[in-house]
Amino acid sequence: MGPLSLPDVSGYDEMILPGGRVRDAYKGYHRWLLGQVHDGLLRKRKEAELQFHRVGITFNVYGEESGTERLIPFDALPRVIPAADWRRLEQGAIQRVRALNLFLHDIYHDQAIIRAGRLPAEQVFGNAQYQPCMQDLDLPNRVYSHISGVDVIRDGEGTWYVLEDNLRTPSGVSYMIENRRMMMRLFPELFSQQSVAPVEHYPSLLLETLQESGAVPNPTVVLLTPGRFNSAYFEHAFLAQQMGIELVEGADLFVKDGLVYMRTTAGPQRVDVIYRRVDDDYLDPLALRPDSMLGVPGLLSVYLQGNVILANAMGTGVGDDKSIYPYVPDMIRFYLDEEPILANVPTWQCRDPKALDHVLAHLPELVVKEVHGAGGYGMLVGPAASRAEIAAFRERLRARPANYIAQPTLSLSTCPIFVDEGIAPRHIDLRPFVLSGKETRLVPGGLTRVAMSAGSLVVNSSQGGGTKDTWVLEDGSC
Amino acid sequence: MLSRTAADLYWLSRYFERAENTARMLDVAWNLSLIPFAVDAREEITAPLIITGSREAYEAAHDDIRVDEVMHFFTLDDGNPGSIFHCLRAARESAHAVRGKITAEMWESVNSTWLELREIRAQGLEGYGASEFFDWVKNRSHLFRGATYGTSMRNDAFRFLRLGTFIERADNTARILDVKHQIGGFDGDGAVDFYRWHALLRSVGAYEAYREIYSEPINSERVSELLILRPEVPRSLRSCMQMLCELLPAIEGQAGQQSKRLAAVQFARLQYGDLDHIVDTGLHEYLTDFLRRVNELADTIRQEYLEVV
Repeated sequence: MGPLSLPDVSGYDEMILPGGRVRDAYKGYHRWLLGQVHDGLLRKRKEAELQFHRVGITFNVYGEESGTERLIPFDALPRVIPAADWRRLEQGAIQRVRALNLFLHDIYHDQAIIRAGRLPAEQVFGNAQYQPCMQDLDLPNRVYSHISGVDVIRDGEGTWYVLEDNLRTPSGVSYMIENRRMMMRLFPELFSQQSVAPVEHYPSLLLETLQESGAVPNPTVVLLTPGRFNSAYFEHAFLAQQMGIELVEGADLFVKDGLVYMRTTAGPQRVDVIYRRVDDDYLDPLALRPDSMLGVPGLLSVYLQGNVILANAMGTGVGDDKSIYPYVPDMIRFYLDEEPILANVPTWQCRDPKALDHVLAHLPELVVKEVHGAGGYGMLVGPAASRAEIAAFRERLRARPANYIAQPTLSLSTCPIFVDEGIAPRHIDLRPFVLSGKETRLVPGGLTRVAMSAGSLVVNSSQGGGTKDTWVLEDGSC
Repeated sequence: MLSRTAADLYWLSRYFERAENTARMLDVAWNLSLIPFAVDAREEITAPLIITGSREAYEAAHDDIRVDEVMHFFTLDDGNPGSIFHCLRAARESAHAVRGKITAEMWESVNSTWLELREIRAQGLEGYGASEFFDWVKNRSHLFRGATYGTSMRNDAFRFLRLGTFIERADNTARILDVKHQIGGFDGDGAVDFYRWHALLRSVGAYEAYREIYSEPINSERVSELLILRPEVPRSLRSCMQMLCELLPAIEGQAGQQSKRLAAVQFARLQYGDLDHIVDTGLHEYLTDFLRRVNELADTIRQEYLEVV
């Protein structure tokens, strides 16, 4: 096949305007694209796949045959964000994470927001992610979520919304970096023609954030992974290497005399900061799940004495829960005395009988999510569901209404991707990674996830979603 | 360095080295079994089973010793923990566990080896060609070693990788050399024995070294001297022990006193050893004692560095 043509789009497309012209930020890229042919891009896509396989940029899928490694589909067309849009997103994400950290500090100390009547107490204390042991523990810089992933989307009008906050162990940042490396390898000429803001320094910023998360100068920082069968193991190894820190498993650490040590070839070595990619419940078999083989016996007691830093802190999950999400804009007003820069998606909390009635009456139009769910599991996408699926979901909703929230089906913005037939629009979202140390900051970009099949709104990599490079164009470069 | 990381690095290179040496050993057996006037092709092909101590395991799963079945057993058989397939998978798993401690090029050489091996396995050894397969294994090992040598920092990670290489190589060279004891009628000066020594030297890449050092025809005493005592030959027992003696003291920290001592003692025995002593002791007895000492050293390294409590 020969030259490439742009598809018609409906709704908000990141690149293409109705009528076929392209947005300003894409003009430079489009000029380059006009000079490409179908077979050329096909070859580049094959080259990328081969390279990803060789480098081992794979992830493990739960529930499939053990050791199954899959590639996350990579799309070679970049998603471009103009500098002005980015600045607003950046400010909005920082504002949001600052408020969430203040919220976590508050609920584990004075609970001012509850006493002020701005948030029902049971939403916090009845939450499975709430950790009573964290009460009155003072953390350096008052930071709970050192690494936060704020998922944002644009709707059909092009307005940005925050879809959810990820304050536990958000993943995907390695793909942000590897996608950029891949693009620079495949299409070096693109990067000499336009000034794309760099993202490769993320590991340095992350290390800085971790180092300043404790009170000790020159702390020993390690990354705690559940091990190589974890779906995100590649990322754990990648980040540890990029930061030059040890990648440890639970069995590599031990607790003695109120301190944490790792077992090394030169004897025990004290550990000050643990960037843990293990969930709260699995951190310490003595204090939490006794059947966990992933954690370190006694770790929690050391943590509560302030002799080791966990990033993220214990108990951050109460801040990113879908039942807390509706209150975040109000948190921003309460703690920062500012108006939210980024909007929430309107949300019905099914625990409220009126909201439940509304949701039950409009199921085919709504997206219903489990309050504690993640990874796109256990959700209903009304417009895409069959009548039988909706009926079954209705029963589950009636049985445990407090377990669900519902949101309107936003027609997520699309972005062109390269498919076998040529260029076609697909729905996307964006996860920028916010780092909170002495200050709160992020690298310009994030992980753009793509629903690979036409019309689909599910971008999760565990369900076949793909990724593409995300360009923040610096001013005056289009 | 984390003890677990050190263990994975050590086993990564041990398994890769074992895969390479297995290929070298099989290459000899395969070539000898093809020689038309070989006394008995079965005898040649039994040697690898004896050398590696896997005769019982083989016989448990096979009715008869057949060339193609022994070849399969050592190359692509998933059920044999000593097969090349198994070694390269274990090497890849170790590498995966220390993905962050090795360079991208080292990882890629291990990972692409594994990916290609899976394709070769789908084809089968006959489809791919036995000699081609042995060359492929050797080349992949060269590539991994080259990537390691050319890109790895000279730190403890590098040292534990090298440690695994030389422990395994010392063990394997001793076993290959002991083949003389394992095959009946292998002591004369007949044409078949010439082929055997010739093939053995080629298998460890030391044929050229022999030619350069000795002007006499290939014979068992000179081959023994070359592969046990000569410092210039990189697969000789002496070279392996010398490397171990240099590596162990360079590892950071005060651990490993016993390992260093065992390595130094064994190196001194080789450094100041002579051929007459080996001949008097008997080659098989000498090599058996050496293997016992290497195993003791490997065990001590494990206790002192790799499984620290």
